[in-house]
Amino acid sequence: MFPTEFAYHRATSVQDAIAFLGANPDAKVLAGGHSLIPAMKLRLAAPGALVDIGRIESLHAIDVRPDGAKIGAMATYNDIRDNAGIARIYPILPEAIAEIGDAQVRERGTFGGSLAHADPAADLTAVFLALNGEIAVTGPNGDRTIKADDLFVDLWTTTLETDEIITSVILPAPPASNGMGYEKHAHPASGYAVVGIAAVLGFSADKTCESARIAVTGATSKATRLTGVEQALTGQKLTAELVSSAAGQASDGLDINGDLYASEEYRAHLVNVLTRRVLTSAAGL
Amino acid sequence: MAEAPAKIETQRITLTVNGQEHAEEVEPRMLLVHFLRDQLGLTGTHVGCDTSQCGACVVDVNGKTTKSCTMFAVQADGAEITTIEGLASEGAYHPVQEGFWEMHGLQCGYCTPGMIMSSVALLKRNPHPSEQEIRHELEGNICRCTGYQNIVRAVQYAADKMGESGAASAD
Repeated sequence: MFPTEFAYHRATSVQDAIAFLGANPDAKVLAGGHSLIPAMKLRLAAPGALVDIGRIESLHAIDVRPDGAKIGAMATYNDIRDNAGIARIYPILPEAIAEIGDAQVRERGTFGGSLAHADPAADLTAVFLALNGEIAVTGPNGDRTIKADDLFVDLWTTTLETDEIITSVILPAPPASNGMGYEKHAHPASGYAVVGIAAVLGFSADKTCESARIAVTGATSKATRLTGVEQALTGQKLTAELVSSAAGQASDGLDINGDLYASEEYRAHLVNVLTRRVLTSAAGL
Repeated sequence: MAEAPAKIETQRITLTVNGQEHAEEVEPRMLLVHFLRDQLGLTGTHVGCDTSQCGACVVDVNGKTTKSCTMFAVQADGAEITTIEGLASEGAYHPVQEGFWEMHGLQCGYCTPGMIMSSVALLKRNPHPSEQEIRHELEGNICRCTGYQNIVRAVQYAADKMGESGAASAD
């Protein structure tokens, strides 16, 4: 299998890549390539040109500071997994990354690429929402940021413009006292999330849940926050009963996908069960 | 009358494969696996599923274990690549190759080159993996013959062997 013909340009800088995108409206950005290249081989995607951003050195850096982290768009899953600062402050990232695809996907796939591709069954889309991240974006009109809550529109669709490039993923510092985690039911053949739930909880000194960001992937057309569950937890002292009752309603109101492997009912069940599990562990119950 | 499609130019790439430098012209859409097999004649790297699932095409690109069916040859310009053909040194099998031989880690052998390349990468990162870690790290390599039992034993054999020689050289 091989893709349709395309022109290839290896970008030397972000500006160079944006200029190429501007001059080639049917061009696509090639990052880790582990979603785009399989799609091109199946001819689900047939861009006339690719701009390879893999050699732009500035996009690979990972910078972890007390007030947050900046992860270059070309940082691979394994680069992030192996970063000690990330593992200490955002343990949800190595936890979720261990569940992505397989060893080779983790070696070449990128956080930025995953967010730009916005696969409905990707893992880090939900983690990005739960961590309340944003992306730094550069386009012909300069730089801007897009908050996680404003990024995902639908299946494989985001608010990124076609001539814009993600340069980094920015994560705020999590709450001082927190619990976080990711629970996933993987498709046994593809490894994609049939359902995945990411949760980041913040606690006050007396263990009251002060903030909750919980997001689902796999079940819906885009990664989506479970605001009903978040509201049920916020301001409360978490108990097994409360978590169980809030998680039992996690799938309420979601527009859930069904397919040959997992029906809508089964996915709804998984949303509730995995929400209970991730909250139980994140709350230390 | 339909217009002829615009001619896509080939690009010149220079890369090192198993210690030998090559300069070749490639079409941008040529996958690394086809470049290795068809242009360099290194047919030890196999094409299995061709959909990034099976791992028969795994090679090492600049130290990263890579499915060569999911990378274009142009992306590998300047890279150092090791394929299954480059693993043995001076006629001696790599301990992972020896493990697959000793523990009967293959039947038809189709998945074996990729399985071995992934196992080498696994042991480089984690010299003493548990059985569970071996199985998890080899999830991207599919074998339809063995049921994986002897593959796991082959990796364990190699881990033991490499641990012994590491200990010996430390003395």
